Amino acid sequence: MSAMNRREFLQMLAAASVAGAALESRPLLAAGNADALYDLPKFGNVHFMHFTDCHAQLLPIWFREPSANVGIGSARGKAPHLVGEHLLKAFNIKPGTREAHAFTFLDFAQAAKTYGKVGGFAHLATLVKRLRAGRPGALLLDGGDTWQGSATALWSKGQDMVDACKLLGVDMMTAHWEFTLGDKRVQEIVDNDLKGRIEFLAQNIKTTDFSDPVFPPYAMREMNGVQVAVIGQAFPYTPIANPRYMMADWTFGIQDENMQKMVDEVRAKGARVVVVLSHNGMDVDLKMASRVTGIDAILGGHTHDGIPQPVIVKNAGGRTLVTNAGSNGKFLAVLDFDVDVGSRGGKVQDFRYKLLPVFSNLLPADAAMAAYIDKVRAPHQAKLEERLAVTEGLLYRRGNFNGSWDQLILDAIMEVKGADIGFSPGFRWGTTLLPGSAITFEHLMDQTAITYPYSTLTEMKGARVKEILEDIADNLYNPDPYYQQGGDMVRVGGMGYTCDPDAAAGRRISDMRIGDKSMSADRIYKVAGWAPVDPSASGEPVWDVVGRWLKDKQTVSTRKVNVPKLIGMKGNPGIA
Amino acid sequence: MNTTRRTVLRSATASGMLAGLIAAGALRPTQVLAADWNKAAFEAKDAPGALKGIGAGATVDSKDLIVRVPDIAENGAVVPVDVVSTIPNTSSISILVEKNPSPLSAHFELGNGALPEVSARLKLGQTSMVKAVAKADGKFYTAQKEVKVTVGGCGG
Repeated sequence: MSAMNRREFLQMLAAASVAGAALESRPLLAAGNADALYDLPKFGNVHFMHFTDCHAQLLPIWFREPSANVGIGSARGKAPHLVGEHLLKAFNIKPGTREAHAFTFLDFAQAAKTYGKVGGFAHLATLVKRLRAGRPGALLLDGGDTWQGSATALWSKGQDMVDACKLLGVDMMTAHWEFTLGDKRVQEIVDNDLKGRIEFLAQNIKTTDFSDPVFPPYAMREMNGVQVAVIGQAFPYTPIANPRYMMADWTFGIQDENMQKMVDEVRAKGARVVVVLSHNGMDVDLKMASRVTGIDAILGGHTHDGIPQPVIVKNAGGRTLVTNAGSNGKFLAVLDFDVDVGSRGGKVQDFRYKLLPVFSNLLPADAAMAAYIDKVRAPHQAKLEERLAVTEGLLYRRGNFNGSWDQLILDAIMEVKGADIGFSPGFRWGTTLLPGSAITFEHLMDQTAITYPYSTLTEMKGARVKEILEDIADNLYNPDPYYQQGGDMVRVGGMGYTCDPDAAAGRRISDMRIGDKSMSADRIYKVAGWAPVDPSASGEPVWDVVGRWLKDKQTVSTRKVNVPKLIGMKGNPGIA
Repeated sequence: MNTTRRTVLRSATASGMLAGLIAAGALRPTQVLAADWNKAAFEAKDAPGALKGIGAGATVDSKDLIVRVPDIAENGAVVPVDVVSTIPNTSSISILVEKNPSPLSAHFELGNGALPEVSARLKLGQTSMVKAVAKADGKFYTAQKEVKVTVGGCGG
């Protein structure tokens, strides 16, 4: 090697990779060029940075994008219902690249090793500072699902994330899982911690008795001589998807009539740019954009769709951009508007949008944020790092029907509780672990850290099992997005079934069987589950049940992921 | 939030205000005027039976009748339903929950030029169409919207 100069070495590398030789040169590829990715030329005079659904992930993590995100009816084959190569093709992203890795599940484990972890607040902070430096006045918007998703967020009742967001310089936020800390805790944080620092916005939360607004619906700012308004839209179905008793005095809903009223109000007050910071989920945002006029952009979250470009929706008043900025701290979106402040009436002339993947090893950790994160973790370090087992296979959650992490949880709760069937909720948060990784208590909490973690064993008739599956399938596949809730299908262990997403409500689920035996409507089955929304529910926290099972196993073999047989989905670009 | 106003309104709704409205002839709850109780309509087991019971043989869909309900009920036991009619001379409004065992859930007789805007909190046993029927100048107009009732959980 000493006789070889740099050029010859590089030529050899190129030849070797063409020949497909196994190279230990992954770190070379991974080094990448941070400037090429993150030097985003400033455009226009109004700037927003947006992240959403970080689910309290303060440290860099891996997150595998879904291989099943089926769109039906008019949503078939359209963003966000594109996975893998279909997504790359639609957005003109070259396969096998860093960007392709960020936006798809393709070759995940190998590419993850190549490009390293994503996200982490210390790396995100560096990126935010870098973009702010070139975009004076830029607002940083947090779409919610920020105070939930990790052990430390649960144990500190959201405090670690509240303080991290203040340090990051978040200007405005809306919410969903935040409410599962309880209405009193949310109100306490908003009144004390956020006061004068972060605007907590929601036009669609009212008191259940007299319909009084609970939070400010919008905030207005002057940015580089332009009046801008940000309207908050909290997750409309919080009291349905999560336990209603936790926010019993508040009512939610989509409320697009009131949204129109708010848009008209801020326009009348002089707003030249109106954006909605939304936790509707992308399908609901697309429908709302077609009905409500006067919104320049809906910066969306909830459905965790990492969509490289905005969808432009035409409506009676013009056009509205609809975006969705992924999850788990993996992305930071940048939206620039060019607004004419002179003779042309102060209208938006043009825009630029970029959804930047946050590659941790391309962005040095911000010292102040890194020190803060160390400080909040220090008292819990030993518990967080407790090693439970080693996984032989890739563990991920995201996908319409199941993920290997959920399969692990199902296998554990069914075995421990002696159940015939297991149900695990279709959450879309939860990080990914590469094959051969240790599973620590922190990793387990990344999948389970909720305020209603009870594990349950319930006796149910076959007919009731079908009813539940039908109900949840309709929350996912109702052709009208306003009737969808935005989670994934409940994960099912121990039984097989057939699902026809295109069928009518109540007729999607068939051929339910255990092994090769058809299930009977009248027979009683033992069903293990967790995360009940019923106020009277109780049970051992699911992390204790699964933790014990993991420690017992020590090594967890690759899980056989149980997914339903699908009807009519062949060729759907939302399924790999 | 105004706690004082809330307390006043709570007690007012419970007794005084409602009594005031009845006295003014703006509202005539069927419970008060027992003689008007439309037994056949309220006990009908299906929507056509209930419609027949209130005399609405032939109906037409109207854009001037608005049914405001949540797309998905937060609590199926108390679903807020608002009905507003801008049809001139609206003299009654009925609300039907099609899938309930007894679909006719509310019937309002509007007298003395009362505004045709009514609200009720209804129990829905399952996902159902909520139908409003307004009577004006002897004709019956309808509008409807589906409310989904779900087991909940599993979102996001």
